[in-house]
This record gives sequence, C-alpha cells and structure tokens, in this order.
Amino acid sequence: MPFYVAPEQQMKDRADYARKGIARGRSVVVLQYDDGILFVADNPSRALHKISEIYDRIAFAAVGKYNEFEQLRLAGVRYADVNGYMYDRSDVTARGLANAYAQSLGAIFTEQTKPYEVELVVAEVGDDASSDQIYRLTFDGSVADEHGFVAMGGAADAVATALKEGYRDGESLSEALKVAVHALQQQDAERVLEAEKLEVAVLDRNRDRRLFRRLAPSRIDELLARSADAPAAPEAPAED
Amino acid sequence: MASMPMGGGLPGVFMNSGPSSFADFLGAYRPELLPGNRMVSGSVEHLNIPHATTIVAVTFPGGVIMAGDRRATAGNVIAQRDIEKVFPADEYSAVAIAGTAGIGLEMTRLFQVELEHYEKMEGRLLSLEGKANRLATLIRGNLGMAMQGLVVVPLFAGYDLEKGIGRIFSYDAAGGRYEEHDFHSIGSGSVFAKGALKKLWRPDLSEADARVVCVQALYDAADDDSATGGPDLTRGIFPVLASITDDGFLRVPDAEVGDVARAVVEARYTSPGGPNAPLR
Repeated sequence: MPFYVAPEQQMKDRADYARKGIARGRSVVVLQYDDGILFVADNPSRALHKISEIYDRIAFAAVGKYNEFEQLRLAGVRYADVNGYMYDRSDVTARGLANAYAQSLGAIFTEQTKPYEVELVVAEVGDDASSDQIYRLTFDGSVADEHGFVAMGGAADAVATALKEGYRDGESLSEALKVAVHALQQQDAERVLEAEKLEVAVLDRNRDRRLFRRLAPSRIDELLARSADAPAAPEAPAED
Repeated sequence: MASMPMGGGLPGVFMNSGPSSFADFLGAYRPELLPGNRMVSGSVEHLNIPHATTIVAVTFPGGVIMAGDRRATAGNVIAQRDIEKVFPADEYSAVAIAGTAGIGLEMTRLFQVELEHYEKMEGRLLSLEGKANRLATLIRGNLGMAMQGLVVVPLFAGYDLEKGIGRIFSYDAAGGRYEEHDFHSIGSGSVFAKGALKKLWRPDLSEADARVVCVQALYDAADDDSATGGPDLTRGIFPVLASITDDGFLRVPDAEVGDVARAVVEARYTSPGGPNAPLR
C-alpha cells in the first residue's frame, strides 16, 4: 500500500538530497575580468572537465555529479550547434541555452524520482563587461542572472564570502585569477591549490570567433606569479 | 532571481547518449536539414544553377596550400565574380568545393559544424584521416542528388599533426576518398591546372614558392577554361589562398595574393605560356 507524502515534504526531501550531493564536491568559481570571463575549478583531472566550450562566445561550468552535468553539457552543445546551423551563429545565445536547461532541470526535479545533483553556470561574453551574461542554474530549474562573480559546489558559502571581499570590477586576468584561487583555498583550512590542481579557462572577448581557451599549467603559474604592483604588461591572448 | 520567459526545454533526443557526429544527430533529430535529404523530382539540367570551378592544392615541406579562383558560372553567364570556394574546415584543415555551388556551400557548412561538434563533444580534435573520412560520408549522403545532376566534389587538405606534413584528399561523387600526393586539382579547369602543377612542383618548395605555383596553375586554368576566372586586376579580385601549417589555417591576405597575381600577370606579357620547365 503506497504511503501518502505531502508534496511540500516530497519537494523538500528532493532538494535536500540534491544539495547534499552537490555539497560533497569541490568548488568552481566564475568571475568577470577586464577582457572577458574567467572560469576556475578545483579539479586535478586533465581529462574530466568541469569547464567546457559550448559555442563561439558561450561556456559552461558545473559542479555535482559528473555523469549528470556531462549529459547536460552534451545536450547544450547539440542545442547550440543545431541552432547555429539552422539559423546563424549569432543567433545562439546563453539566454536561450539557460532557458532550455532550466526547463529540463525543472522537469527532472518535479517529475523524476531522483533530482539531478548539479549546479551550472552558462556564461556568454559580450563586447564589453556590461554586456557579459552569467546565468546560474540550480538542480530545481531556477535561474539567476549574476553579475561579477559566482561560486558553486562544496563550501560555496566560504568561497563566495572570500570572492565578495577580494573581487573588484575590471581587474586584469592575473588579478582575477589570484582572487579566484584564494577564494577556492577557503574551502578548507589546509587547501593549497597549485596550477596542476586547477582547471582554468577563459572567454576572451579579444579573440576571434571561438573565444573559449583553456589555460595550460605553465600559463597559470605565470599569471599567479605576476606581482600585484608590477606595471600591468599588455595581456597576450591566452594560448591553449 | 531573474524571471525568464520559458520556452521549451531540451528535447529528449538531446539528452540521449549517442554519437559525437553532428550530421548523425541531425539525421535523427531533423533529417530534412541534411543536404542530401531533399530529393528533387524531374531533371535539373535546365535550371542553370551556378557551378564553381578550379581548385588547386600544393604541398610543401611543413604544410599545404589550397587555392581557388573566384568565378561562378550559370551556363554561359558569369553568375558571380568574387565567390569563395576555399574555406577553413577547422583549425588545421581546409575544404574547397567544385560542382553545384548551392549544395557545395551547404555541405561545407555542415562539415565545419561536424568537425567543431566532435571537438567539443569529445574534447579532442579528430585525426586528419578521421576528418577526411567524415567528409566522404557527407558526400555519400548526397549521392541521390548527384545522380540527378547536383554533383559536389570537394577537395580536402590539412596539416597532419601526428606526421607533421600537409596532406591532400580528393573525392568522387559517390564518396570515394583518394589521397593525392604532392599536388592536385579539381574542377572544370583542373586539366590545365594539373599540367602547370606537374611542371612547376618541386619537393623542396618554400611556402612562398608554393603560393606562386598555385597562382600560376590557376592562371593557366583560367587561360583555357571559360568557367574559371583569372586574377581580376581592374576590380582587385584575386584567388583565395589558404595556407595550412603547424600554426593552423591562414587565409593569405588579399594584399599578398594581389602582389603574387600582379607579378604572374606581368610576366605573362612577355611569356604568355608562363615559366618554362627544363627540357631534360
């Protein structure tokens, strides 16, 4: 005989379950800098990415259960490529993709027995910082339009607090990366993150067409070593 | 929390696991969008659809150059003087089209998305062989239309990152894939271009020399084939040259091609047949 569970309780249980799953993982931060949007993940894997290219100006970052956010990432790439092929490359937008993700996550949350244990960011770099778009999506399909910075994953509150203290608008890539790494190290007391343990990528508005680039560990080291009071060297376009 | 107008979510087929091929996915999701899936009834011969014409590709140590003229013809009429026939396929390869321009342009677009899609889905580039094979599959999908006269035969060239060399692949209308050595040409002017390439190609060409060889070959094709356009000095329309090396795809700037083209035309005033190869 089936038990009766109040809808409120059912939704609360699912949300608690999803939150617990997400809280087990390590954090990812996304923040704006003067030439675009920076993505930094506490992720020692070179092959299993938490940050990925979706389209020319759009990237994706995720925390939570790998197989679930990977499925969403692949669906997002298909969505973007189908729309770009059917219409034009300029008709593929982060807003459209965030809407599609929100619908899918909302449907999964209410209709399926187990919600997805994921949190996503879909970001699109614009011609200047004011036209950058950062959408944060949670497991239940809610969408938030963010400005400046986002922290998701394990100790997201501690990371977000550190970001709030350190973040300033219009910083250089090197400064933004330092703020991001410092924030990620607040996940727990002993956390020290070297370049090898970081996954770092940018959407650089000064590049041509495909603006997404991963940064190699050597490049990350170089950026982190750059002294804060040294005159800002002209930023070379990020290399693979 | 910003409120957003909600459209539909991602259709179920988007969430399924499946191949990393864009064309295969599109075939399952919206098959009518694939170029080969629109059968035409009746004969297309009287339609006068623009055809695009001579393409050449020349290898040199460290890469390959691909070049195409700019003329599209519909019957005896020049349909366009500055059409582009050479395109980047991805960062390390180029594709050029001969045959029915409309289908060729669409297939090129599909092929570009196909390679980028694979790269994003898998997180790695396809091998050059893999890219060449995918293109063969796309052409095979067009066989029905080819049999009704809407033929497309591309030329594919790229830099093989594993072997460190430039390679050229040609195709037939049925999707047969053939690796060409040293140089190749396709299109209505190709018989004339190939003669020039055969006489001018050397194994030790520099990149700059390879560019000249391409322009010379295209000049000879335009000289004898009415469907191939020569360098248009009065309008400043020059062949499209793409260079693919370790550094990736580069569309040679028009100013540089213009310099080569003007030098080639200049030399033809005194020697209409172009440079001579040694007799023995």
